[in-house]
Amino acid sequence: MVPLEEVKKMELPADVKKKLTLPFEEHFYAGHTACQGCGAALGLRYVLKAYGGKAIFTIPACCSTIIAGPWPYSALNAPLFHTAFETTGAVISGIEAALKAKGYKVKGEDGIMVVGWAGDGGTADIGLQALSGFLERGHDALYIMYDNEAYMNTGIQRSSSTPYGAWTTNTPGGKKHFLEQRPKKKVIDIVIAHKPAYAATASVAYPEDFMKKLKKAQTIKGPAFIQLFAPCPTGWRAPTDKTIELARLAVQTAYFPLFEYENGKYKINMPSPNKEPKPIEEFIKLQGRFKYMTKEDIEILQEWVLREWDELKKKAEIFG
Amino acid sequence: MPKKVVSGNYAAAYAAKHARVEVVAAYPITPQTSIIEKIAEFIANGEVENLQYVPVESEHSAMAACIGASATGARAFTATSAQGLALMHEMLHWAAGARLPVVMVDVNRAMAPPWSVWDDQTDSLAQRDTGWLQFYAENNQEVYDGVLMAFKIGEHEKVNLPVMVVESAFILSHTYDVVDMPEQEEIDEFLPPRKPLYTLTDFENPFSVGALGTPADYYEFRYKIAKAMEEAKKVIKEVGKEFGERFGRDYSQMIELYKTDDAEIVFMGMGSLMGTVKEAVDILRSEGYKVGAAKVRWFRPFPREELYELAKNVEGIAVLDRNFSFGQEGILFNEAKGVLYNTDAKPIMKNYIVGLGGRDITVNDVKAIAKNMKEIIQKGKLDREIEWYHLKR
Repeated sequence: MVPLEEVKKMELPADVKKKLTLPFEEHFYAGHTACQGCGAALGLRYVLKAYGGKAIFTIPACCSTIIAGPWPYSALNAPLFHTAFETTGAVISGIEAALKAKGYKVKGEDGIMVVGWAGDGGTADIGLQALSGFLERGHDALYIMYDNEAYMNTGIQRSSSTPYGAWTTNTPGGKKHFLEQRPKKKVIDIVIAHKPAYAATASVAYPEDFMKKLKKAQTIKGPAFIQLFAPCPTGWRAPTDKTIELARLAVQTAYFPLFEYENGKYKINMPSPNKEPKPIEEFIKLQGRFKYMTKEDIEILQEWVLREWDELKKKAEIFG
Repeated sequence: MPKKVVSGNYAAAYAAKHARVEVVAAYPITPQTSIIEKIAEFIANGEVENLQYVPVESEHSAMAACIGASATGARAFTATSAQGLALMHEMLHWAAGARLPVVMVDVNRAMAPPWSVWDDQTDSLAQRDTGWLQFYAENNQEVYDGVLMAFKIGEHEKVNLPVMVVESAFILSHTYDVVDMPEQEEIDEFLPPRKPLYTLTDFENPFSVGALGTPADYYEFRYKIAKAMEEAKKVIKEVGKEFGERFGRDYSQMIELYKTDDAEIVFMGMGSLMGTVKEAVDILRSEGYKVGAAKVRWFRPFPREELYELAKNVEGIAVLDRNFSFGQEGILFNEAKGVLYNTDAKPIMKNYIVGLGGRDITVNDVKAIAKNMKEIIQKGKLDREIEWYHLKR
């Protein structure tokens, strides 16, 4: 293995460097313990790249607790506070308050970013109250929900962010066809109801778009929220080399469109579909978690996707 | 020294202000609320600088926000009661485990149901295993002094643990009394700015706090807290002594002894009820009873050594518990008895369950308990070990 000091010294030729669309500097180190093909690990790497290590991370109970490494290791080249499952919104509020009390510059190009990095269970379920408090009080921090659509760290149990028809270990299908019965909770809509300074969806398949959004969250005053689509091959029963493809298909099928909410305005970001979205089958057929779905189930999911997509387009039209 | 006539809650708020707290995150609950109202008033009147007030959406978040603030190097403060404290429970462990000297005032209030807003120590005592130090105040002055000392003790380099200052619902929280408050400069000398063990603003040497501790390491993390608690006993005595030298009120003893030198019977308890007990001791002594009072100021760490020193010279100890552990006995009684088991001090000990849910404990009650204890000592035998003293029959 190349020693860390050597990695830090590595330089790219200037002409190559010019072509890079993401910062070259690495702040998420090898030795992390994510599964192969983990979307969350990719996402975390991009966030660290965006803020060049000048961010304080808060991570509640989730896959990233493990990914970051056990004591005394840390894969993050940034201060990291591990906290209880439901507290991300509250802890980042406290960190931001302390920074302000102590006279640090928060946010902005040279300021400190306060970042909460939580999974969908820790955000949409158990952490929803603290998230709401954080947004409503208007703290200058960024909350990122990396969405892998179930409680993956505890072994693939459904969360409110699990889509209709999905297999999980507590929606196991079986003779009674007991799959996830409810559509995916629209956390982003709940967030937007708080009228935050900034809210966006992003995907690990589109790192430049994600990076742009991270930069925006850095410059906008007030609370920011990003819902990052992060496929989990382990929990989705998908091949580990399909992470990016799955994330891309989620956008192209309009299952997880990319958009921003800023100053009361909605903006759909390319590469969300500009014509007809691809059929949802293309997204689900690569994943074992959907294999118990009947034709009717697929129709129900497809209808939901298109209805939600239509709603978003209308919002962008009216509040564009 | 300036004097103010304030409630116990205002005493707590003034102490937080004089301690120059930097972050207050709190949620309203009776009878705590006037603490955070007063702090908000300080901000509104421009009486404090660099104080961030986070009006969180629950007590759980109050403690979580204090933890985030404290990990960022700030001096953090909150206050709560009963249900709020119970809701915080998970994060109390977190504050101690992450070695963060958050200071909290708990206004003792009975747990529901049935709903009650009145005095009862079961809320705070149910948190005894969380790794917090616990100080029980007898009066408003001790609330004020306790909060100031709590920061100094909790932030001490050998301690780095959170501290709970406990006062009684209404009996202290809403009752006005004279409180001596030193000049700000004197307090600043006693309590300089916090020097944190670590801070999340260290970007030069970034590290993680609270990462997974495997069975190979977790055990030692716990031992360090246990050791810090033992160290805290020395720090409490040092700080209590320094407090006395600076401000004239000595807190070097973890158990305050009142007329125990020649006492045959000692009343032991915590908090405001000990004021009544002392009053009763004076009256009983004038009637020929050799009685004294032992007020346990610090429940965590538990003053084992001081208790032994007291117990070896008395015939009987009446432990007055304004709390109860269902299926067992009063919590202070349980702890005190346990401490003495492996010693040669074997006074007769009886547990009186008193004042739950705010029921009054009067001087006459204490006198009746003294008579009962005297009979027990004369017979050399307990009538019963646990007595629900006020029970309607």
